[in-house]
Amino acid sequence: MNFRQIDLEVMRYDPEKDDKPWFQQYNVPCEHDWAILDALNYVKENIDTTLAYRWSCHMMVCGSCGMMVNGEPSLTCKTFIRDLPDKVRVEPLENFPIERDLVVVLDDVMEKLQKVQPYIIRKEGDPPPQDQEFEQSRGALAKYRQLTMCINCMCCYSACPQYGLDNNFIGPAALSLAHRYNLDSRDQGKSARLDILADHDGVWDCSFVGACSEVCPKHVDPAAAIQQMKIDGAMEWWKLKMGFPGGDA
Amino acid sequence: MSRQPYIRPMSKTTWYMRHGRYKVYMLREMTSFLVGFYTFLMIFALSALAANSPDQWNAFLASQQNPFMVALHGFALLYFLFFQTFPWFKLAPKAMPIQLGEKQLPDSFIVIGHYLAWVVLSAFIFWLAGVI
Amino acid sequence: MTIAKKAVVWGLFAAGGTLTAFVFPALMAIFLLIATGNIPVGLQFEQIHGFAVSWLGKACLFVVLFLSLWHAAHRLRVVAHDFGVRKDKLVANAVYLVAAIGTVLTAFYLFSIN
Repeated sequence: MNFRQIDLEVMRYDPEKDDKPWFQQYNVPCEHDWAILDALNYVKENIDTTLAYRWSCHMMVCGSCGMMVNGEPSLTCKTFIRDLPDKVRVEPLENFPIERDLVVVLDDVMEKLQKVQPYIIRKEGDPPPQDQEFEQSRGALAKYRQLTMCINCMCCYSACPQYGLDNNFIGPAALSLAHRYNLDSRDQGKSARLDILADHDGVWDCSFVGACSEVCPKHVDPAAAIQQMKIDGAMEWWKLKMGFPGGDA
Repeated sequence: MSRQPYIRPMSKTTWYMRHGRYKVYMLREMTSFLVGFYTFLMIFALSALAANSPDQWNAFLASQQNPFMVALHGFALLYFLFFQTFPWFKLAPKAMPIQLGEKQLPDSFIVIGHYLAWVVLSAFIFWLAGVI
Repeated sequence: MTIAKKAVVWGLFAAGGTLTAFVFPALMAIFLLIATGNIPVGLQFEQIHGFAVSWLGKACLFVVLFLSLWHAAHRLRVVAHDFGVRKDKLVANAVYLVAAIGTVLTAFYLFSIN
């Protein structure tokens, strides 16, 4: 059995003991097809049971295992040691407060995701069909399908410097989620969401760095979604000024 | 167990040094200095033209002819091409997805379209200016 | 329903960015030619003055300069923020004021070309 020795440098932080985070070294014999998550699990099982971190599905669908791997926001179940050098630094996701070790506080983004009203909104008196399927053509689905792939791993928030500079910014995942519903042919909630999006902490805080899309493990492309919403938002402003009703009234 | 979440400090002035992609972003954004400079240079040229006499205009042209300006314009042209024009074209498909049935128009179509339009427009400007 | 004022400036910024991306390289190349002493025929006084006298010429020049001014202004505001300058309102007022002054100057000079 061939093993590759990986030197893991893992950020530790115990809120009851430490003033600030520090790094612990672990030397891990890795099988060649391992992901960094496997290396962390090896550490937890064989070297140091006190290491705390989130993970679940190990197949890039739950979004739990997001961490910084050599400075890059990554899903640790999707980051393979074959693509990494022998020295790997693992830190909690950037731009979030550290709860303990590799676990971050995600309350802020959880709240933001809810703020954009991520569900089908129908107008008063125009409910969805009650006694048959709510049909949607494949073309209509294709418009927003990519945006449904978000697994809420929050790597995009880690990559986004604007969120890092000002965490009032609603952020890439929340905005992509809003756009997903705005683009859904069954939804009539664009005007309901407009206040949040058109706010100065909404789309306008984004300066199109594009890092969010670069790191997204599911290729959701939040940067594209946000630019489309900016164009939309700018046109909404003109529509309002010229006396047309806003949103999709 | 008591909670004491730790907030890692982020330098507001040097955060972009953390990663190559942020440095490239800052270089891209700094093309705005060039846009500002050339805009006011052209306004200055307009002021010379507004005197409605060849003397003022020729004086302006003469003021532009020196090695410093050659270096500046050469540098600006290259910097602007690689950090504004080309990145802008590369990002254009993101802002304007064009859907055809179930598929989306490939990004390369939109990017190549931009390049073609740029070549045609530049040729037109050169023709207007009598360069070609 | 309130839409932040940023919607307007962003619109100008985006239009200006598109315009400058397409048009500025050619303009810079022309400046480069002038700097090396090879003044293009169209930049001789009669030609360029004639162009600027025409309403079409004035319109073109105004649009290019107007959009460039507001593109640069908004972007510089963002750059300042990215470099850590905290006083966004102050920066915004300063850059938009300069853009406004530039706009007025442009209009004034264009009108003066007869």
